Order: sequence, then structure tokens, then C-alpha cells
Amino acid sequence: MTAADADREGRTAQPSAAPRVVTKNIGGVGMLLWQLALGIFLLLAWQGASDRLVDNFFISNPLDVGRRLIGWTMDGSIFMHIWATVYATVMGFVIGSVIGVILGIWLGVSQFASRLLNPYLSALNALPKIALAPLFVLWFGLGIESKIALAAVLVLFLVFLNTFAGVREVDQDLIDGARLMRATRAQIVGKVIIPSALSWVFAGLKISVPYALIGAVLGEMIAANRGLGYLVQFSGSQFDTAGVFAVLIVIALLAVALNLMVETVQHRMERWRIVSR
Amino acid sequence: MIDIRHISKTFHKGDTPVDAVRDINLTIARREIVAIIGPSGCGKSTLLNMIAGLYAPSSGDIVYKGSAVSGVNTDVGYMTQKDNLLPWRNVHDNVAFPLELAGIAKAERTERANQVIRHVGLDGFEDRFPNELSGGMRKRACLARMLLYGAETALLDEPFAALDAQLKLAMHDLVLRLASENEQTVVLVTHDLMEAVTLADRVLVCTRRPATVALEQRIDLKRPRDVLNVRFTSEFKDLYDTLWERLRVEYREERV
Repeated sequence: MTAADADREGRTAQPSAAPRVVTKNIGGVGMLLWQLALGIFLLLAWQGASDRLVDNFFISNPLDVGRRLIGWTMDGSIFMHIWATVYATVMGFVIGSVIGVILGIWLGVSQFASRLLNPYLSALNALPKIALAPLFVLWFGLGIESKIALAAVLVLFLVFLNTFAGVREVDQDLIDGARLMRATRAQIVGKVIIPSALSWVFAGLKISVPYALIGAVLGEMIAANRGLGYLVQFSGSQFDTAGVFAVLIVIALLAVALNLMVETVQHRMERWRIVSR
Repeated sequence: MIDIRHISKTFHKGDTPVDAVRDINLTIARREIVAIIGPSGCGKSTLLNMIAGLYAPSSGDIVYKGSAVSGVNTDVGYMTQKDNLLPWRNVHDNVAFPLELAGIAKAERTERANQVIRHVGLDGFEDRFPNELSGGMRKRACLARMLLYGAETALLDEPFAALDAQLKLAMHDLVLRLASENEQTVVLVTHDLMEAVTLADRVLVCTRRPATVALEQRIDLKRPRDVLNVRFTSEFKDLYDTLWERLRVEYREERV
């Protein structure tokens, strides 16, 4: 749906006439049919290739994957894993954003703190955050807490960097104007800096949602006893290719659902965003 | 009331020092309206920024009501060249901002804000956001806000440069009326000689960068002035010619 919409918009924006003539008659519904056709073709090709071109052991086949998905749904075991991953993603996102926003505003406002911490933050930011996973397992154990921590750390840096940039972008004239009107420091932060940086904060929150999912899934792959990351890892270690594909599909659907949620929230906030620009 | 003593300001652009203001001396009395005129970019705004305490002078002192300005001077209202309304607040909330900062209750804020908004002719636009207003309306909103802040001194930095001639006249009238009602001291920076002579008690002509005072001219036109008709009097024409004679030199040198 979204791909079709984007495609259509792209085409109407096209100034040149030549490609337009070729694709003119394919509207939203038509493109949806084409996309479905492509999906069915790929599934058939996969089914056909399995065991004929490539060993079923390596690529499994759609029917087996479907049976696995149905089996997991019927016995309800998949929901426990989905819930674990969603919980870790959401908690990681919330904790990471709150800390990231606070840190971004604090360092953005305080020259001293930002210059003091600058080299350390650059080093931490350059560090692949996934490498922290063993530490988190040591600190927070094998349970959900270590996954939340990993997701939170990924989110934290993205949100922090955006908030910090937003605070630094605040028009100095607005701050000077408020100072001349006897604004206290707290008032300047609360009534000028934060509202002004808000659109940057939202941008940071938006791009960090997929990273929260990445953090949670990776955390589960490293050490866990539940969650989609654990399930894909477990299926792989059992040489259960159908299981791996089945989990990948669930993760992909979860990612799509999260993106849709973000888009809905963003749509609601559109007015805010325009106003705060 | 404002005593500017041997003020100089040097900026550093990389390693090269740029003199913006050099050795300006100026004493402004209470309730006086002083216009500072000179070529664009000559350092007039820098002077206002120093009176507001946003920049510290490189040398010299600014004494405001007997004490040296050493930080942000909150006794002044400053209307900058670029309007600095908060883009996420509507006209009412922007105008009421100084009262909000002072912790005044909402009901009183609204009442007083609406009163000044009516004064500057923006009634009906209270709910609009700055990006929905014309340049002139934004200027008027800034003026209303400054008015509500109730500063005893108003610093105006080319406040009406972007307005059309008719609106400019209306604003000149408003400024003169408000300054006299509120017993304000006004420092006006402009590059419009007509505006300077119409409004001021005294006009200072600044040289090109670095700005120094080239000529100081009293404007003895009687008050209250009719901003439209005053410019057709012979006194006005004489003053205008004297000032233009000196100002021309600055522009001629600039062209060479």
C-alpha cells in the first residue's frame, strides 16, 4: 500500500513525459495487483526451486514456513516471544528517549558540560553499541532487562544527538530577546529552548524506533530464553530453516507495524511540527 | 540617562580584527528621542546591542541611570531588525510573553495583552501564528510586546525598514504617541533620513565602518508632531538638507 502510494506520488512529481506514458494507466489498485502477483510469483519460484535447484535444508519452502507459523500460532507459543520482543523494544525506546532528551538538553544548554564530555561522547558514539551486550548480560542478567538496556542504548544516542543539535540550533536572537525581558534561566530553557528544539527531538524519536527493535532482537540472539531474537537463533542452531524464515517474517511484520504506528503518531503531531519549525 | 563614554567595539573575523564602532560619545537624556543614521552595516546595531548589554564594549563604558552596564540590561525594550517573535506562539501569547515571564496571572495577562494588541491594530489576529502574518504585522506584534514589557527605554533597530510607505507613517505616528504616553526614552537606528528627522529630537550621522559620530543635529520641530505634514514644512526641509549634505559624503566614499 505505502509503496504503491509513494510510487504514485513519485510519478506525478516526474516532470518528464516519457516514463509517464508507459506507466500512466497503473493506478493504486492496479499496482497493488501487480505487487501481489510478484509476491505470488516469488513464493511459487521459491517452492519450485526448493529441492530441485537448491537443497530444501538451506532454503526450506513456503509451505513448511506457513505450517510452522500456523503451528506456533495454534499452540500460542509465538505470542510469548512476540510479547517479549515488543516489551523490550517499547521499554528500551521509552527509557532511551527520556535519557537521550534530558542529556541532549542539558549538554545543549551547558557549554561547560558539553565541552567537558565531548571527547568521551564521541568515543562512545563511535563504539558499536552491540559490543556492549556482554556487559549488559553481566549487569542485568539473562532476563528481559539486558535486552531493554541494549535497545535503550541504541535509542539513547540517536535521540541525544538530535536533541543536542536541536538545542544548538535555537535562534540566539530568541534567547537574547527573552533575557532582555527578564527571563530566568529555567524560563529560557522551558519556554524558548525546548519548544524550539521540539521538531528535532521528534525527528530523533522517529528514526530511533527501528533501532529499538534491532537492539531488542540482537539482545535476545546473544543470550535469552524467549523473544523473537532467541527463536531465530534457536531455530538456526536446530538446523530448522523453516523456523528461521517463519521468525523473520514475524519480525518483518512487527517492524512494519511499528513504522505504521510512528507514521500515525507523526501525522497527529504534524501541526505541532509545522508550528515549532 | 544613558551615558556612552568612549565606546569602541572590535570583532575578530578569524585573525583579522574588524572595528565596528570607534570612540563614540553620546549622552541621552530621559524622554529624549535620538535617531542614529548611517550607511548599512556601519556598526549602528552593534551600538544598540551594547546599550542592551548583549555585547560588552571592547573599550569605554556605557552608564545607564548612573551604573555601568555589565550584563543584559533588562530596563530596555529592544526591537531588533529581525522580528524575534516565538514562532510556536500565536500573537496573543507572544505579546503576553513578558507578563508570563513575570508570573502575572492568566486573566490579567490576557486583558492587558488584548489592550495593546488593539492599540497596534492587530485585534482579530490574536490567534494567528507569526508565519501567518505579514512583515508589518509581525513588527506591530513586536512593538506591542515591547509596550507590554513597559521598558522605560526603547531601542529600535531599523524597525520599519521592510514596511510600505503608508504603514510606515502609521507606525511613526504610533511610536511618537506611545513614547509620549509612556514617557519613554527612544534610541532609533535607521538608514531612512526622513524617518530620523520625523521622529527624533536629535539626529546623529554615523560614518562608514568603523562608526564614529560625524555630525550631531538638534531637531527643533515642535511636538506633538503630525508625522505626515511635518515633512512639508520649511524647517523640516532645511534640517533634511543639512543632514543629507553630510550623509552624502559617507555614501559617496562608499561607492568609490
